[in-house]
Amino acid sequence: MWVLAALVVWLGAWALNVWLSHSALVTSRVGRLVVPAIFGVTVLLVWEFVVLGLKVPGVILPPPSAIWTRIISSLDLLARDFNQTFVKGALTGYAIGCGAAFLTAIAIDRSEFLQHGLLPIGNFVAALPIVGIAPILVMWFGFDWQSKAAVVVVMVFFPVLVNTVAGLAASERMQRDLMATWGASYWQSLVKLRLPAAMPFIFNGLKIATTLAMIGAIVAEFFGSPIVGMGFRISTEVGKLGLDMVWAEIAVAALAGSAFYGVVAMIERGVTFWHPSQRVK
Amino acid sequence: MRSVLPIVTVLAVILALWYAAVVWMNAQWVYDQAARAKVEVTFGQMVGETMNLERPVLPAPHQVFGELGRSVFGMAVTSKRSLVYHAWVTISATLLGFAIGTVFGILLAVGIIHNRAMDLSVMPWAIASQTVPILAIAPMIIVVLSSVGVTGLLPKAVISAFLSFFPVLVGMVKGFRSPEQMQLDQLATWNASAAQVFWKLRLPASMPYLFTSLKVGIAASLVGAIVGEMPTGAVAGLGARLLSGSYYGQTVQIWAALFAAAAVAAVLVMVVGGLERATLRRMGMAA
Repeated sequence: MWVLAALVVWLGAWALNVWLSHSALVTSRVGRLVVPAIFGVTVLLVWEFVVLGLKVPGVILPPPSAIWTRIISSLDLLARDFNQTFVKGALTGYAIGCGAAFLTAIAIDRSEFLQHGLLPIGNFVAALPIVGIAPILVMWFGFDWQSKAAVVVVMVFFPVLVNTVAGLAASERMQRDLMATWGASYWQSLVKLRLPAAMPFIFNGLKIATTLAMIGAIVAEFFGSPIVGMGFRISTEVGKLGLDMVWAEIAVAALAGSAFYGVVAMIERGVTFWHPSQRVK
Repeated sequence: MRSVLPIVTVLAVILALWYAAVVWMNAQWVYDQAARAKVEVTFGQMVGETMNLERPVLPAPHQVFGELGRSVFGMAVTSKRSLVYHAWVTISATLLGFAIGTVFGILLAVGIIHNRAMDLSVMPWAIASQTVPILAIAPMIIVVLSSVGVTGLLPKAVISAFLSFFPVLVGMVKGFRSPEQMQLDQLATWNASAAQVFWKLRLPASMPYLFTSLKVGIAASLVGAIVGEMPTGAVAGLGARLLSGSYYGQTVQIWAALFAAAAVAAVLVMVVGGLERATLRRMGMAA
């Protein structure tokens, strides 16, 4: 019965979306938001109905309604985990890592030799499974948030470094020559020409780093943490088969990750308003 | 090849810093031991000691590479202490997951470029899902799948597939859309069907995008497989080596597993890069 309902909801919503995406509405802003929203709601409804219909036990896949009640009933616990993992671990590490990468990029920018040496290594390290250093850093910095921040620092460092160095090379020869003819010093040309020109690249790195920061902070907690934190909660609740709590934490993590990304993207829009990719279409 | 000298220099500096850090981080332990045994150690003795501790805070490079050599070449590859065995467990999960993820990514990309409703409803979620820390749900996937009777390679491969899926999807949608309007119009004037446009224009044009996203995807797959091995209770695989090393304080073992993982990642990315060069050259697209 419920499975049938799920099927009906799916087909109905799909037909609605097909109709919407061929109607005139889709060219407007609202239409562009409505179609994916309908799709998201449909997925949640189908999930709910299928779980009810097939009587899937809650220890395998809890229905969205159960997850929602769990979120509402344990808001303060979620808030404490969020504070521990995101605010203390991820944000601190993100700030330190991105700052260090930025300064390093400016430092090696002056030396051709260092660029030739560091960039291939930086590119190589950026492809490595860096989360693997989490157990080592947990050993060095203890179980509290400092070790999580350290993991995040290492994870975000190389993507931001590589992108910033690429960005500093983005200004054109002609523009740099113009700065030279005006007698601009190295710092003047850096601040007034090359850093603004590098901003699209830098923000690309910063956006990649937001996701990495969340992953680093959560995964590092699997290796040991105080009795608070999103990664800690996920791993212990999985052990207790409290999957509704696990999904609640995941929902919070997804929300925090998207919001974090969104904030960085908004700052980007403000800073690089001149770039073609930001022009209003 | 003019970049060889700078790279070697930087590597040498890193190695020197590493040795310096070994002395600095392990010194406390050596002094404590000496104080307990009531002997005085000179600075020279202390430096010598820090290089060869059994459970150092930071193992020296030669210890790590010694352990790496022992566990790669010194044992039968079927032995549970051989890193080749563990690396193979991880690689097989990585490749299986990578294959699943790539196939799904490409299929979904084909659907998205041909169906407007799918494009509008799936694509925003695919992009939004990249901001979600998917690795965080790895332990749950493992437990859930094992509770319904799926164990072994597949749960890890599912996580790998999850991670490699999105780069491939996003890259392929971009790639399938990369032909210019003029080229599409040309095929239209030749009365080409949608399938013909796909096979003769869109697919070949998407190749550079495909390989770029495959390189990102395979690195992500490996991370997924390693993290997927952690909550299963450290049975086999590089992730399991990391976890058991962290439980028992075997720092040398952790570092050896870490370097093995780095080597595996480098080899996998290089293989994809080699395939890319060969394919693009055959197609006359090589730069």
